[in-house]
Amino acid sequence: MLDYLRFREDDTPDVSAVTVDAFLDQTNAAAVRIEPGDDARQLLPHLEQLRLVEVNFPSFGDGRGYSSARILREAGYQGELRAVGDVAVDQLSHYRRCGFDSFFPDVPFNPEDAQAALDRWPYVYQAAADARAPIWKLRHGDQG
Amino acid sequence: MYKYDSYDQAMVDARVEEFRDQTRRRLDGTLSEEKFRPLRLQNGLYLQLHAYMLRVAVPYGTLNSAQMHVLADIADKYDRGYGHFTTRQNIQYNWIKLEDTPDILADLAKVEMHAIQTSGNCIRNISSDQFAGATADELIDPRPYAELLRQWSSFHPEFLTLPRKFKIAVIASQTDRAAMKLHDIGIRIVKNAEGEIGAAFYVGGGMGRTPMIAPLIREFVPLDQLITYSEACLRVYNRYGRRDNKYKARIKILVHELGADEYKRQVEEEFAHLLTLNIEPPIAELERIKAHFADPAFEAGASDALDLSDPDFALWVERNTLPHKQAGYTIANISLKPVGGIPGDASAGQIHLMAELAKTYSFDELRVTHAQNIVLPHVRKADLYTLWQKLDAAGLGTANLDTIEDIIACPGLDYCSLANARSIPVAQKIAQRFADNGQTGTLGELKLKISGCINACGHHHAGHIGILGVDKKGTENYQLLLGGSEGDDTSLGKITGPGFDEDGIVDAVEKATKVYLAQKQEGERFLDTYRRIGMDPFKEAIYA
Ligand code: SF4
Repeated sequence: MLDYLRFREDDTPDVSAVTVDAFLDQTNAAAVRIEPGDDARQLLPHLEQLRLVEVNFPSFGDGRGYSSARILREAGYQGELRAVGDVAVDQLSHYRRCGFDSFFPDVPFNPEDAQAALDRWPYVYQAAADARAPIWKLRHGDQG
Repeated sequence: MYKYDSYDQAMVDARVEEFRDQTRRRLDGTLSEEKFRPLRLQNGLYLQLHAYMLRVAVPYGTLNSAQMHVLADIADKYDRGYGHFTTRQNIQYNWIKLEDTPDILADLAKVEMHAIQTSGNCIRNISSDQFAGATADELIDPRPYAELLRQWSSFHPEFLTLPRKFKIAVIASQTDRAAMKLHDIGIRIVKNAEGEIGAAFYVGGGMGRTPMIAPLIREFVPLDQLITYSEACLRVYNRYGRRDNKYKARIKILVHELGADEYKRQVEEEFAHLLTLNIEPPIAELERIKAHFADPAFEAGASDALDLSDPDFALWVERNTLPHKQAGYTIANISLKPVGGIPGDASAGQIHLMAELAKTYSFDELRVTHAQNIVLPHVRKADLYTLWQKLDAAGLGTANLDTIEDIIACPGLDYCSLANARSIPVAQKIAQRFADNGQTGTLGELKLKISGCINACGHHHAGHIGILGVDKKGTENYQLLLGGSEGDDTSLGKITGPGFDEDGIVDAVEKATKVYLAQKQEGERFLDTYRRIGMDPFKEAIYA
């Protein structure tokens, strides 16, 4: 079983994440943890100093973390973006598309299920936070 | 109509394999029901009172005959020989086994169909005008825009776990036949003062326990920003829609609590940001899709003459056909509301027959309407009598479109695990009552809608007459509403007063129609009379 999955070449940052409120108060932390109710945009002025952002999914059904992830990537955040909590193996490719590059689930992943989920979609319909070219781009080349 | 290319096909095939894998893990116990539930819901599979129910998507309600034949085959092979057409232009099967579902999805995929996102807290199947591409009153065919949105919303990585379900309707005519303003997003394709085509966005409508009519959020979104604007609407909702209470989680509550202006301001801010990211498909993609919706090869100079000497046929023509944009053609509606039947139900044999008739007489096209009927959109008038005879012989020739017998009813307590009361028997009794008293024709257009609980799947708020099943100390009870409408003049019905038992509600409906007949002025429909004279005269008669 896989306790975690990571898609980065660099070392796992040896820092512990603080809450968004604590981060905004002290401003020298290098890791922060976003809860579903937090506004990821509050972090945007401080992206340079961040090496790790954890996005917590307290329950699978609360999808706010997907938007938080994309917002950070859209603003140019390059550090590790980690999904933690009730991270569903079946959604792995969707998390990846929103910009997550590491996963520390509460319940370890079955490696075969994880691989199957990551390989699931031969194409994608939308532009998102990953580098995959949407189907409309494949259909029309660079007119998009 | 739209045809898949290899990309579309690969996506649907991948979905079948994904669900096959998930079902296997559920059946071998690796996946708990709790973990499996959201996965099966995203594939339209509900656990109902007696069995699984599978909801198959009919994107914007358009089908060809090969697809329709497969729907019939599924009814025969995996269900009990019936399919149930729904108010969201989809089809449901009520007696499905979990272990069969992957094979059913594979059968569907072979004819470019699926059950993707037909339930769950995600963007649902996009609905549209059932007469798109055929009606004389449309600006343009709305379905290419619906197809563009279908592709964008399918497996959208950010919006698969929204606060609640999310329904979008797209229309392009002044007459709103899709209840557009009662959707989470209602889009009307419009032309601006400069003569350019674009989209008006209405956001935050809905039925359910807190019905609301969607306010206009933006008058004109240019066509090359349609997806980007939709994405902005969804992102604001995904981030700020309420998740503490499932009854307050629809976007209508967010728009209502923030106010339409503040919601709009937030959307515009997000939109400005998203415009910098180039997430919009090129106009060439819209043009590619549009080419699929070109007019069929209508026969030029086809005759408008009809021989109406058969009175039954004449009645059906009067009630069930509508003007077509092309001379010599008509839009033929097949009522799935025979008196005594289950609204929206069709047998496998009937579904096969409708498929054949569509192939022979309607350029291989059918539509599902949100009133749970079927449309043959392009019928040559010269073929109409033959067509009607074949329909009639199969029990599909009922002449009651938009009458009091053309009732919308949700599955109710006969099937649905959330129901408070039965809907189907009430619909049957009402239709029978008016068939017996001979008033159906006299009453003219009268839309009656029944929901078995406050979730309002039967759209009772939007019925000229609405009926809502409630639970009153453990017994089934029915509230009566008057004055709802889903058309351009969208309005929400008002409750008359105390509820009724099953026979009492049938009597109450009849009393309400008597008030109308006594008070109506020249040219007034039931709804018009109600709006003119108000609730009181109806109340007096109903509770006398
Ligand atoms: S309105 Fe209620 S009873 Fe009817 S189908 Fe919807 S949830 Fe079920």
